Amino acid sequence: MTQNIVEIDNLSFGYKNRTLHKGISMSFPRGKVVAIMGGSGSGKTTLLRLIGGQFKPSSGEVRVDGKVVHKQSREGLYQLRRKMGMLFQQGALFTDLSVYDNVAFPMRELTDLPEIMIKDLVLMKLNAVGLRGASQLMPTELSGGMGRRVALARAIALDPDIMMYDEPFAGLDPISMAVICDLIRTLNDALGTTSIVVTHDVEETFSFADYIYFVADGVVAAEGTPDDLRQSTMPFIHQFVHGEKDGPVPFHYAAVDYKQDLLG
Amino acid sequence: MERTTIDLWVGIFVALGIAALLGLAMKVGNLTTNTIGATYTVEAAFENIGGLKSRAPVKSAGVVVGRVGDIRFDASTYEAIVSINIDRQFSFPADTFANIYTAGLLGEQYIGLEAGGDEIALKEGDKIMQTQDAVVLEKMISQFLYNKASEPESAAKTPTHDDSVKTDDDALTANAL
Amino acid sequence: MTHSYIHIAVKRFLQKLGNNFIDQIWRLGAGARLFALMLISSGESFRRFRLVVREVYFTGVLSLVIISVSAFFVGMVLALQGYNTLQKYGSSEAIGVLVALSLVRELGPVVTALLFAGRAGTAITAEIGLMKATEQLSAMEMMAVSPVSRVIAPRFWAGVIALPILAALFSMIGILGGYLVAVPLIGVDAGAFWSQMQANVDWRFDIVNGVIKSIVFGVACTMIALFEGYDAPPTAEGVSRATTRTVVTSSLVVLALDFALTSFMII
Repeated sequence: MTQNIVEIDNLSFGYKNRTLHKGISMSFPRGKVVAIMGGSGSGKTTLLRLIGGQFKPSSGEVRVDGKVVHKQSREGLYQLRRKMGMLFQQGALFTDLSVYDNVAFPMRELTDLPEIMIKDLVLMKLNAVGLRGASQLMPTELSGGMGRRVALARAIALDPDIMMYDEPFAGLDPISMAVICDLIRTLNDALGTTSIVVTHDVEETFSFADYIYFVADGVVAAEGTPDDLRQSTMPFIHQFVHGEKDGPVPFHYAAVDYKQDLLG
Repeated sequence: MERTTIDLWVGIFVALGIAALLGLAMKVGNLTTNTIGATYTVEAAFENIGGLKSRAPVKSAGVVVGRVGDIRFDASTYEAIVSINIDRQFSFPADTFANIYTAGLLGEQYIGLEAGGDEIALKEGDKIMQTQDAVVLEKMISQFLYNKASEPESAAKTPTHDDSVKTDDDALTANAL
Repeated sequence: MTHSYIHIAVKRFLQKLGNNFIDQIWRLGAGARLFALMLISSGESFRRFRLVVREVYFTGVLSLVIISVSAFFVGMVLALQGYNTLQKYGSSEAIGVLVALSLVRELGPVVTALLFAGRAGTAITAEIGLMKATEQLSAMEMMAVSPVSRVIAPRFWAGVIALPILAALFSMIGILGGYLVAVPLIGVDAGAFWSQMQANVDWRFDIVNGVIKSIVFGVACTMIALFEGYDAPPTAEGVSRATTRTVVTSSLVVLALDFALTSFMII
C-alpha cells in the first residue's frame, strides 16, 4: 500500500490544437484534503477527468492505487472508478429520478443489496447532508445548494476511497458555501477518504485544505500548505490569494498593441 | 416485484398491438380463409404462360385449391415449367387438364384444373400431361386481322350488304375476345 | 483581381463541401460504432427488462394518441379518394382492398415511422442531449455504470418493440376509419368490403412484410435518435440542432429504406 493513493506523473494533455497541461506532477496522500487551484480555463476540471480515466493523457501517466489509469482495460477502469466518487459542477443529478432514487442509483446498479438495506443506506447518506426530508422531491424542485448536497450524498453512496469535487462552491450563496465546505471536511475525516477539490475560491479552500496546488499555464506554479502559501511572496500567488485583477496573470487577453488596433 | 402504473399502460399497449395484429390476420388478411395447409407439388409444362406469376391461385371449379410455386424455363424443350402446389386434402386424377385462364377481361391469370377420369391420383412430383396455354390477346387480334385480310373479295363483291358485313365483323370481334 | 476572388470562393466552397462530406462519413462510422457497442451491451436490458418497459411507455404509449388520430384520418381519406376513382370503373366494392393494402403494405409502417421520429425520436434525442449537457452521462460513467448499457440500449429495444405495435395499430385503426367512410357514409356493401379485402390481402406477403418493414424502421429511427442525442454538442444550440437532424435524417432514411425493402419484397 503506497502512501499516495493518487499520483500524477509528468502529465501532458491537450485538445486538438491546444495544449492544456505541460508536464504536471502531483501526489495525493491518503486521508488528506488536497486542493487544486487556478484561474478559469487552466485545465483543473480536465485533471479530474484524467484521474477518472475519461480522457487519455498525451504523455505521462496518472496512477490510482498504484495502477496506471489509461492502461486499464474497460473492466479494470470500471473497477478503479468504483473507488472514486465525483461531485460534478452542476451536480449532474438524474433529472428523471427522485432524490431518493438518485442516491440509490449507484447501489442498485453496482451492488446486489436488497431494497430494504438500500433504503437504510440512502436515508443515512441523505441524513449526512441534511436532506433526509427531501428524499421524495425531484431534482428540479431543489435549490442549487440542495442539489449539490444531494449529488454529494450520491457520490459517497458507496463509500469511495477518493472523492473528487469539481468547483463545489461555484454559484452558491455564502450559507450553502459554508455548508458544503463543512461537509467536505467532515466527510473526509469521518469516512477516511482522500479528497481532491478543484476550485478557485481562495478563502474557503485555505480554511479546509491540507495541501494546495496552483496550476497556471499548464504547469504547477506553486504548492504547499495554506500557511506556506499565505506567506508566499511569489507574485502569482500574491495576485491570486489577494484577488488583484492585474499582475503576472494579465487582465488583458494577449492582443496586439491597443493603440495600433484602434488606429487600424 | 412492485407494480407501477407504467407497467399497466405498457401491458395495455402490448395487448392492443397483439389485438391489432390478430385483427389484421383474421379480419383483413386471408390467414383463416385462404391459407393452404400442407401441399403436394406437381409440374406442368406450357408453351406460353402469358402473364402467369408465382403465387397465382390454382382453381378447380372456381374454388382455390392451391397456388403456383416457381416458374422456370426448360432450355431443352423451350417450354415453361410451372410447379403447382395443391392442398393435400384435394386429390386429382392423373389425367387432369391444366389451363391458364384470365380472371375477367384484364384480370390476373390463374391455373384452372379440370379433373379427368383416371383411377390413379396425381402425387408429389408428378407431371400434368395435358395443358392449354394462356390466351394471348395480341396473338388473337393478329390472327383475326390475318383471317380478315385473306378474304377481301367477299367484302368487295357485296358492297350493297355493307351493313351485314359490319355486324359480321362485330360478331367476330366478340368471339375472338 | 476578380479572378483570384472567384478562385478563392470556389476553393472555399469545395473545401466546405469536402469537409461536410468527410464529417458525414465520420458520423456514419461513429453511429455504426455506437450501434455495435449498444448491441454488445444489451445484456443488461434483457436481464432487467423493467428498464425497457419504462422506455416503451415513453416511446410507445405516449405516441398512441397521435398515431390513432392520424391513422383514423388517413384511413378515411383513403376511402374517400379510392371510392371517387374506383366508382368510375364500376368497382367501388374493391375499396376495402385498396384501403387495406395501402395501409398494411405502405402507409402503416411508413407514416407510423415518420410520426414516431417526430414524436418519440425527438424526445429521445433531446433527453439524451440534455443528459449529456448536464453531465449526467459523465456522472454515470464515473460511477462505473456504462451509459450505453444503462441509457442507450433500453431505449433502443423499446423503440424496436414499440414501432411494430404502433404500425399494426395504425393499419387496423386506418382500416376502421376507411370502413366508416365506405360503408355507413358512402353505402358500399359491408360484406363486399370485408370479403374483397380478405380475398386479396395475403397474410405472409402483405401483413408479415409490413411488420418486417416496421421493425426495420424501428431500428433505424431509434438508432438515429439515440446517436444524434449522444453525439450532440453539450449546448442548448447543439441539442436543438440535433433534434432537428433526428427528424430530417429519420424521414429520409425511412423513405429510402422503404424503397429498398419494397424492391426486395416484390420480386
